[in-house]
Amino acid sequence: MHYHQHQLDNGLTVIAECNPSAYTSAFGVFVKTGARDETADIGGVSHFLEHMVFKGTPNRTAEQVNLELDEMGSASNARTGEESTIYHAAVLPDFQSPMIELLADLMRPSLRVDDFETEKQVIIEEIMMYADQPPYGGHERIMELFFGSHPLGQSVLGTVDSVSKLTADQMKDYFRVRYSPANMAIAAAGNIDFDKLVEDANKHCGHWESFDAQRSGQSPEYQTGFETLEKPNSHQQYILQLAPGPSNNDLNRFAMRVAITILGDDGGSRMYWKFLDSGVAESAGAGSYEYLNGGLVMSYICCDPDHAQSNLQSLAELQGEFKNKGVTQKELDLAKQKIASHIVLASERTESRMFSVGSQWLTGQPFKTTGEIAEIYQALTLDEVNQAIDQYSLEKNMTLVVGPNTSLAPA
Amino acid sequence: MQSEDLAPGPNVVQKQEIFSHSLSNGLVLVAQSMPWLESSAFSINLPAGCRHDPMEKIGLSNFACEMVQRGCGELDSRQFIEALEGNGIDYNSSSSVYHMHFGGAMCADQIYPGLKIYSDVLMRPHLPSDQMEDGRLVCLQEVRAIEDDLAQKAIIELRNRHYGQPDGRDCHGSMESVAGITHDDIKEFYDTNFRPNGTIISVAGKIDWPKLKDHVENLFADWKEKPVPAIKNSDPQHGVTHIPFESQQTQIALAYPSIPYSHPDYFQARGAVGVLSGGMSSRLFHEVREKRGLCYTVFASSHSLKDRGAVVCYSGTSSERAQETVNVIVEQLLNLKNGIQEDELRRLKVQIRSGMVMQQESCRSRAGAIAGDWFHLGRVRLLEEITDAVNGLTVESINEYLNNHPPGNFDLVTLGPEPLDLPHALSSTSA
Repeated sequence: MHYHQHQLDNGLTVIAECNPSAYTSAFGVFVKTGARDETADIGGVSHFLEHMVFKGTPNRTAEQVNLELDEMGSASNARTGEESTIYHAAVLPDFQSPMIELLADLMRPSLRVDDFETEKQVIIEEIMMYADQPPYGGHERIMELFFGSHPLGQSVLGTVDSVSKLTADQMKDYFRVRYSPANMAIAAAGNIDFDKLVEDANKHCGHWESFDAQRSGQSPEYQTGFETLEKPNSHQQYILQLAPGPSNNDLNRFAMRVAITILGDDGGSRMYWKFLDSGVAESAGAGSYEYLNGGLVMSYICCDPDHAQSNLQSLAELQGEFKNKGVTQKELDLAKQKIASHIVLASERTESRMFSVGSQWLTGQPFKTTGEIAEIYQALTLDEVNQAIDQYSLEKNMTLVVGPNTSLAPA
Repeated sequence: MQSEDLAPGPNVVQKQEIFSHSLSNGLVLVAQSMPWLESSAFSINLPAGCRHDPMEKIGLSNFACEMVQRGCGELDSRQFIEALEGNGIDYNSSSSVYHMHFGGAMCADQIYPGLKIYSDVLMRPHLPSDQMEDGRLVCLQEVRAIEDDLAQKAIIELRNRHYGQPDGRDCHGSMESVAGITHDDIKEFYDTNFRPNGTIISVAGKIDWPKLKDHVENLFADWKEKPVPAIKNSDPQHGVTHIPFESQQTQIALAYPSIPYSHPDYFQARGAVGVLSGGMSSRLFHEVREKRGLCYTVFASSHSLKDRGAVVCYSGTSSERAQETVNVIVEQLLNLKNGIQEDELRRLKVQIRSGMVMQQESCRSRAGAIAGDWFHLGRVRLLEEITDAVNGLTVESINEYLNNHPPGNFDLVTLGPEPLDLPHALSSTSA
């Protein structure tokens, strides 16, 4: 396994973890742009643009793009988040060059008006699909409440209203200020010919003009509070809670992830024993999410409406105990074992390695191999984990409850 | 671009090493050696699926699945979870129509303690009566959560109606059926349905076959064979059904009869479904989403019972465009009998081959696949065999299949504000 990195003259980064014995190759174009880089009047444009990228270029129609992706037998998709947009495809190694040529071409899309209007309907359907699914827009609402006026609170999908009003020209303007080669990377993993990868990247992307696409690194001011979102025809109650967590350059982030595994992993965690083993909830857990100069810990519970109030109380008690007493050595050892096993399993998937390589580039941190990451987790001490818990209190949080029960109160 | 020029040679599909061993009590161990991995995975499939639940107690298999994991052998329920976690086992369990399933993926050497723990689950569960109510609450929570998953709700209703009882049922049951299950029911279900004959344990990953075989023999040799319970089938209910619900989108679930996995023409059928829904250039994705922007999700997939199969299509779309979506889907299904094209088949072959190679990266998916093969075929289809079958597909062979099995006799379930019609009165009751 070898790690390689190269930067083209225009600033585009090419990074790869090459494993000559892998059977497949995975590629991703990572762009440092997302909902965080939007203003309210273009809410949802990053995600909409991600769809439009597949709608063709001066060299290809939308239909040709789809045909070629299938002709290479690729497993391909794209995703947009608060801080990134990622286009990815896994193929057999023989397709490395044609896949890079295709991905590179897609990154200079035509954004034709006809395609724009048809795809707008698909986006609106996607927004409506999520509106019918638990937690019924609750995620977007709590991000907005927690981050207040900070752009991390901007919805990734946008709303039916904001997307309906978007114009192709607004999207073109957004593209022109965000898709600079200096703001993008081609990440690869698996059976990769790195020299060829750099050569192809130069050939197909080397002429892209570079420009400044910095984003504001302003830290959020986290909000606290409690809100109810009524959903009369839902059968379950959904509790969402956000509290401040480590950012993506915080040295405590590994310790906090271990702490949150102990608190809220889906099996064997404290939340598992409190809520799932006893059957007072259908699902419950917690996760740590890191951003540029900001971060959050999300706790969630899905339960029948009658248990919601007592579950809110139990969650507050668990968090209080977590903060006051910390975790035990036995819990830490079990969590380390779990994480080590997870790392081995994930490292065998070429696609998951590509995401690791690209995601590390997104954070701007020096690249760490799987082995180095595993060592960081194994070296963590009880003191370090308990210090992280002490630093980030989960009790000061924003809570949103969604469902038929409208009489819930903060614990 | 000529994809065939770029298609990889057979060298990228590893020669498979498949092992199998039948214990004298009927339990089958089947394994695939994947020496290039550092991990391994198991899939335990007990013949204790919800087709064995009495009609008024659907949910019993799922409830029993919950209860057998609340302490077994020398472990109480907390020690059981800690033993799994301590061995770094990423575990899961579920009930399906045919099987109760326990799965795990882990670093290669942990397969031995992992299987030991599950031998206690299968043969020595405590079934603690004082945990019945906690277990029941878990099951009831699952029933409620499905009520909020509208797509799943529509597909569950479709399968129920299309296949009939018991093979079309959803294993979670209802609030009422789960409420009525007693500790005696769980014990009786365990005594009747937890048996080695019919159980398939599959393992894939970095394995040492002689050691694994001895380990499984030692763990399960004493398990006593039991009689196979009889199953009574009832008739399906065909036609169009609507579930009224105040939602933004209408859920559309449609099924038509197909052939099972074990059928000699299975790859012809799979090829036809691949043309419908195999990728971004497939007919449904292109016509429904790309060309008309009618929905975000649309797909068709093959579903196989042991003796029957179906093609299930799904889409969810805003209510005012839902009828048009059904019309376009049905039009595409009917159009299949006019035949598929050479370029469609070419793309499909590359996709299937690519998918097979990608599966080699995951011991978990291989463990699942070889267990499924053993259940349906009584053997494992080697990748070479699949490659030959796929290479043998021609436009003519798939078109002949479609000529003999044209999509029709549609069953439709919709869920949303307004009912929808099948265009041209094509439902199975009127066909």
